[in-house]
Amino acid sequence: MVDPIFGKLTWDSVILVQEVEDPNLNTFITSGAAGMIPVGAVLIVVLLTWLKWWKPFFGWITSVDHKKIGIMYILFAVIMLFRGVVEGTLMRVHQATALNGGFLSSDHFNQLFTTHGTNMIFFVAMPFLIGLINIAVPLQIGARDVAFPRLNQISLGLTGAGGFLITISLLIGEFATGGWTGYPSYNGSLVNPGVGPDYWILSIGLSGIGSTLTGVNFAVTIYKMRTKGMEYMRMPLFTWTALCTSILLILAMPPLTACCVMLGLDRYLGFHFFTNDMGGNLMNFINLFWMFGHPEVYILILPAFGVMSEIASTFSAKRLYGYTGIVAATMCISVLSFMVWLHHFFTMGQSTTVNAAFGIATLLISIPTGVKVYDWLATLWGGRIRFTTPMIYLSGFFILFVMGGLSGVILANPTLDYQIHNSLFLVAHFHNVILPGTLFGILAAIHYWFPKMFGFRLLENYGRATAFCWIFGFCLTFLPLYPLGLMGMTRRTVDYSDPAYVPLMVISGVGALFLSLAFILLLLTFWRSIVHRKKQQNPIGDPWDGRTLEWWTPSPAPEWNFAVLPEVDSRDAFTTAKQNGTAYQPIEKYEDIEMPANTFYGVILAVFVCGLGFGLVWYIWWMAIASFLGCIVTMIVYAFIPSKENIIPAEEVRRVDEAWRREAREGRGITRDDETTVANKGLARPDELPAI
Amino acid sequence: MSTTTEESLHPGLNLGEEHGEDHLEAETSVFGFWVFMMSDLVTFGMFFAVFASSTTALAGGPGPKELFDLGSVAWQTAFLLLSSLTSGMAVLCLKQEHADRVFPRKQLVFWLLLTVLLGCGFLYREVSDFIDMAAKGGPPTRSGYLSSLWSLVGLHGVHVTSGILWCLVIVAGILAQGVNQAWKLTILRWAVFWHFLDIVWIAIFSFVFLGGLL
Repeated sequence: MVDPIFGKLTWDSVILVQEVEDPNLNTFITSGAAGMIPVGAVLIVVLLTWLKWWKPFFGWITSVDHKKIGIMYILFAVIMLFRGVVEGTLMRVHQATALNGGFLSSDHFNQLFTTHGTNMIFFVAMPFLIGLINIAVPLQIGARDVAFPRLNQISLGLTGAGGFLITISLLIGEFATGGWTGYPSYNGSLVNPGVGPDYWILSIGLSGIGSTLTGVNFAVTIYKMRTKGMEYMRMPLFTWTALCTSILLILAMPPLTACCVMLGLDRYLGFHFFTNDMGGNLMNFINLFWMFGHPEVYILILPAFGVMSEIASTFSAKRLYGYTGIVAATMCISVLSFMVWLHHFFTMGQSTTVNAAFGIATLLISIPTGVKVYDWLATLWGGRIRFTTPMIYLSGFFILFVMGGLSGVILANPTLDYQIHNSLFLVAHFHNVILPGTLFGILAAIHYWFPKMFGFRLLENYGRATAFCWIFGFCLTFLPLYPLGLMGMTRRTVDYSDPAYVPLMVISGVGALFLSLAFILLLLTFWRSIVHRKKQQNPIGDPWDGRTLEWWTPSPAPEWNFAVLPEVDSRDAFTTAKQNGTAYQPIEKYEDIEMPANTFYGVILAVFVCGLGFGLVWYIWWMAIASFLGCIVTMIVYAFIPSKENIIPAEEVRRVDEAWRREAREGRGITRDDETTVANKGLARPDELPAI
Repeated sequence: MSTTTEESLHPGLNLGEEHGEDHLEAETSVFGFWVFMMSDLVTFGMFFAVFASSTTALAGGPGPKELFDLGSVAWQTAFLLLSSLTSGMAVLCLKQEHADRVFPRKQLVFWLLLTVLLGCGFLYREVSDFIDMAAKGGPPTRSGYLSSLWSLVGLHGVHVTSGILWCLVIVAGILAQGVNQAWKLTILRWAVFWHFLDIVWIAIFSFVFLGGLL
């Protein structure tokens, strides 16, 4: 029986207590990780109090400014990336020593690959990308805000609640052991009566709803909030990919919600959706999950493609080659992504005809992707290329991502898939697309847009070192997994008996250490750049000779983004304005600007959602019911509170905007040669090159 | 918002004879809600798909012929279709405002409450049908078929319940704060939601109930 007050929660559920009662290496590692949660929480509280930052802290979490929300998403993702990198390294090092048994217990290892996958997809990659979309898209389309600012805050809150659940599972209880895909009936209540699968269901289910709402928000923002003259075929490529990603979020997240709800009903109320007996059908779960899961990989890669397009064009000072082709390819990929989900279970017994159809559909995706790669290459061709940090990531991406794509083409062939599915070949493949694609895209984007977010550039030396370390670490870690897979080593293997695996496994383990080093270097890049922020400032806001509208504002961009909404008459409107010398001309008339005021709405909802999730995981019914009612009451109360607007007087806008324009007109600007030096204050002097 | 109607690419919705910028606000707000509904439609689609693949998963338990009461389903359908009509009347009240006439708030509240009443009638019959089915040996835990049936129909029921709750909040809102722009937009979104539930019900009616008995 479950306790009416504490549910299934007992002292023994707390990992630190387990360590005291049964000290061994596994509990030492888990409790070490778990101990970081209370220690981190206390540290944050002390730090906020010591620095007297509570007021700005609440200013941030109640903010509905899309730029601040974007920064919070990225901060959240960096923290979660820390956990993901540590787990990944731990697994690789374990496997390097796992001939006839390594140092981790199998249950511990199972939790590691489950949390690593779940965490990296839902709480690292997606928040990173959604954060970048938040920061860049409204600026790129010349809007003051997103369509639904309060909804944006709620989405962040839901993502945070999911992150809370997966994090707290480290300290209290356990996480699922069934992999990030969580297949029943392994995750059903019969096999797995513990709290692990419930943590999995609720953390991704709740954050999934947040992602759906983000999709709605940005699709509407891009459809309805574009500035005058910003026609579809004039939108920057990142905005295009953000639009396609939003549509994918809208259509692909509901299957995930549905299969989480059904699995929850099976576990909590004894339904028979996916059970082995009584008419349950676990293939339904697998179909639903991959109907979400396949588009998901394009949710992860498309925004990164957008970033690569922006960077290729900016850092070669050329118009993007084949703009129309890339847009069409993006749309093609979005549509095709819904037609291939079955390739995730070629070996599960459907007819050869079905397998052939889905194999061909999968192969087709490589065509638009290839179009893009050639377009980027052609963009660089004959351009004024600067080999800055984002360009290093782009170069790594070109070579490695194409390799990953090609190994995907191999896997898309059902006959070959029969040989290599569930082997390390697959692990190598998807890391080979997700790291060079998504992660490098994200890191490049952080370097690219960091000056826009905070008003100062990241240090170039540290950035370059970090980039090389990621690329080198990736190659060392994941490329050996291809031959290992072909040698027959399966994935998610806690130990093995074939000594032939050892050399490559050791190389891979060493590579993982390089990836950890890369993460540390990334933090160091942030830290050293913050220390040197005075020298690295770029208040005028255009450090890279940018081409799109987000560079046409001061850095960091003011709350209202644009004092006067820009009018667009071409692609790369800002470049045109700079060439005509009209970019920083004085403006005659300023108007009052209305901006949405801060609100606690999303924060309160997020707290209740955390309570709901935690209560459900532990069968603490009073907490779950009270939190659920809390959510409903909050929504009703806020329906009665009209959303408040701050009015920013025209005079203040004039003061800020005129000062910025004057400074830009009077400055001489720097050439591209001095781009990475301290002389770069964010005013670009474009090269005297014909714009081709 | 500094954009005027002439500048806008999207003319917006007609919320009455003269609403100025309300039209523009409505455009984004209602379009956004439509997009959200499309997402919800996918969720229903998933439950439909699982139901479709479970129609033979009876596991020796009762099937449609033993469980369904078509008379009651007909009543539910009637209640829901009528409520769609009355919700439409409520929205028409918004449009029928004239500059020289007091806003027909009483009429609006009347149609909204009538919709709630019909919705409650629907829910009452649905819940009593569920109780009957359980009594006839068909609780959702009996078989895969029944699990998918209960959750598909139940998901729709949960939506109807939230629609009713939402409508009551709207009534309270317009009584407390008047029919201001925010509540007008809420009514428009709620109406989209309510008609949507009607359409989903028609699919459930034909696919689950008629389909099960034929």
